[in-house]
Amino acid sequence: MHRGCGWDRRLDWLVLSDEEWTAIRLSLKVSSVAMIVSLPFGLLVAYLLARGKFWGKSILNGVVHLPLILPPVVTGFLLLVLFGRRGVIGAFLNEYLGIVLSFRWTGAALACGVMGFPLMVRSIRLSIEAVDRKLEEAAGTLGAGPAWVFVTVTLPLILPGVIAGMILAFAKSMGEFGATITFVSNIPGETQTLSSAIYTFTQVPGGDAGAMRLTLVAIVISFAALLASEFMAYLVGRRVDIE
Amino acid sequence: MTLIVEAQQTLGEFVLDASFTSEGGVTALFGRSGSGKTSLVRVIAGLSKPDRGRLMVDGEVLLDTENRVFVPKHRRRFGYVFQEGRLFPHLSVRQNLGYGRWFAPKTTPPENFDHIVELLGIGALLDRRPGKLSGGEKQRVAIGRALLSAPRLLLMDEPLAALDDHRKAEILPYLERLRDETSTPIVYVSHSVSEVARLADKVVIMKDGRVEAVGTPSEVLSLPSADRRDAGAVLTGVVEAIDIPHRLATIRLAQAQIVVPNAHAEEGRSVRVHIPERDVMVATQRPEGLSALNILDGIIAAIEPDGDGMARIRIRCGGDIVLARITAFSVERLDLKLEKPVFAVIKTVALER
Repeated sequence: MHRGCGWDRRLDWLVLSDEEWTAIRLSLKVSSVAMIVSLPFGLLVAYLLARGKFWGKSILNGVVHLPLILPPVVTGFLLLVLFGRRGVIGAFLNEYLGIVLSFRWTGAALACGVMGFPLMVRSIRLSIEAVDRKLEEAAGTLGAGPAWVFVTVTLPLILPGVIAGMILAFAKSMGEFGATITFVSNIPGETQTLSSAIYTFTQVPGGDAGAMRLTLVAIVISFAALLASEFMAYLVGRRVDIE
Repeated sequence: MTLIVEAQQTLGEFVLDASFTSEGGVTALFGRSGSGKTSLVRVIAGLSKPDRGRLMVDGEVLLDTENRVFVPKHRRRFGYVFQEGRLFPHLSVRQNLGYGRWFAPKTTPPENFDHIVELLGIGALLDRRPGKLSGGEKQRVAIGRALLSAPRLLLMDEPLAALDDHRKAEILPYLERLRDETSTPIVYVSHSVSEVARLADKVVIMKDGRVEAVGTPSEVLSLPSADRRDAGAVLTGVVEAIDIPHRLATIRLAQAQIVVPNAHAEEGRSVRVHIPERDVMVATQRPEGLSALNILDGIIAAIEPDGDGMARIRIRCGGDIVLARITAFSVERLDLKLEKPVFAVIKTVALER
């Protein structure tokens, strides 16, 4: 930055501070981890819901969708109860695996993953239901076992839905606030994501400029995610000519 | 190869209870839609599990409900050609063709890729996507894909039913070559007399989920019970001569000769012709000034009134039987009797090949 030039000085307020950079980086990290870690579970649950015939299917469906309908604060509190240091699962993880989630960025990723999970499952489930099962049958007669049929036929055909689900989960994670702040608080450098940082700025006098800076960043990231998903859908769509 | 099939299955109102055996070649499952042909072939492929049944190929048991044997579809090594092709839209034609080879046991000699591509005439399509192919092209690729998985049995479920006549005519010669040039036995499901007449070595006629008759095409397709719109005689002959300017082929039957519009036949090749009975007229004198090219002389071997105003006349022409379907009134009017010499007037266009 060339300080002193009048034009530049007027734009000085756009320069991000180190703390703000940290919050942005943390948000990207948390969202990416949440998206990638929840993907295999999302695929599994979506497959079960789309194809499975078992007792309790509607219960599973309800549980998966809970974070969508519950107030985020409630979800965050439930996570605290379950995954906190003294929580049922949290105590187990801490004692046997040495994993601590509460008040750590990993906990933020868990909260974001849980909040984005219904969106991801929904998108993947719809694409699995749209797959022509006759193609899978044909693959079977050509010698492919069930696992190979999934990898070579089902997965390529549902790829657009999987990508859409991942982007949705990522976007949801970037914007997630209520559950995260309830579960892992708002610790700069550890759990202060973009959204919590904006919230913090609005709580202090003169924080408007910072809030605006981060808001612009959030808009840019969301747009980039949207464009990326459009582009990937285009690539996949060009490859797959649905008959 | 020997194939033994027995299956009993209740599907709602429909009851399938059928069995047949095959010793190789092309076995056609023939019948109207809803007669259980597809249900039976799906049982063979392992796509559905019958309530009771048995399936053996060369002594190997693939299905035996009594002893709880059920080999899943991907371990049976049966190629299956579906009515709608079912090509993988996310793979190129070449990748579609290669799909089955991936899973074929390494011990079986791989079917020659180039040979099958050439046999089916799909060399120009290899790098295209299935979505860009015509119906006939898709079906040929689907046949190639099934063949290249090195199947020990090829199941074809109405592979031509979804195509128009033009496309059918495009694929049938490839199927004939397939029958003549590969050793893979075929179970061919169809409701078309002309397809079955042309391709099958053995015909299993199905009706209401049961096997009604079994035999060679010429035996079975002319049976009184095979009362179908295009029922008729199926005769075997040899292409004797070809008249290229007029696009006609002369075919020698047992004794008689007939002329068929076709410029593509090869001389000396054995062919089958299907003469639908509704396209045969009966005359007591040799007619003159007719456009019909084929007028065979013979004697009446049988008169079978159907009690509904129509009658089927069997005319022995040399060593072949030609069927004619005429009104019972005409039988009376022409005073047709057993052993009476008559002329069978065959509309040339009615001959398949």
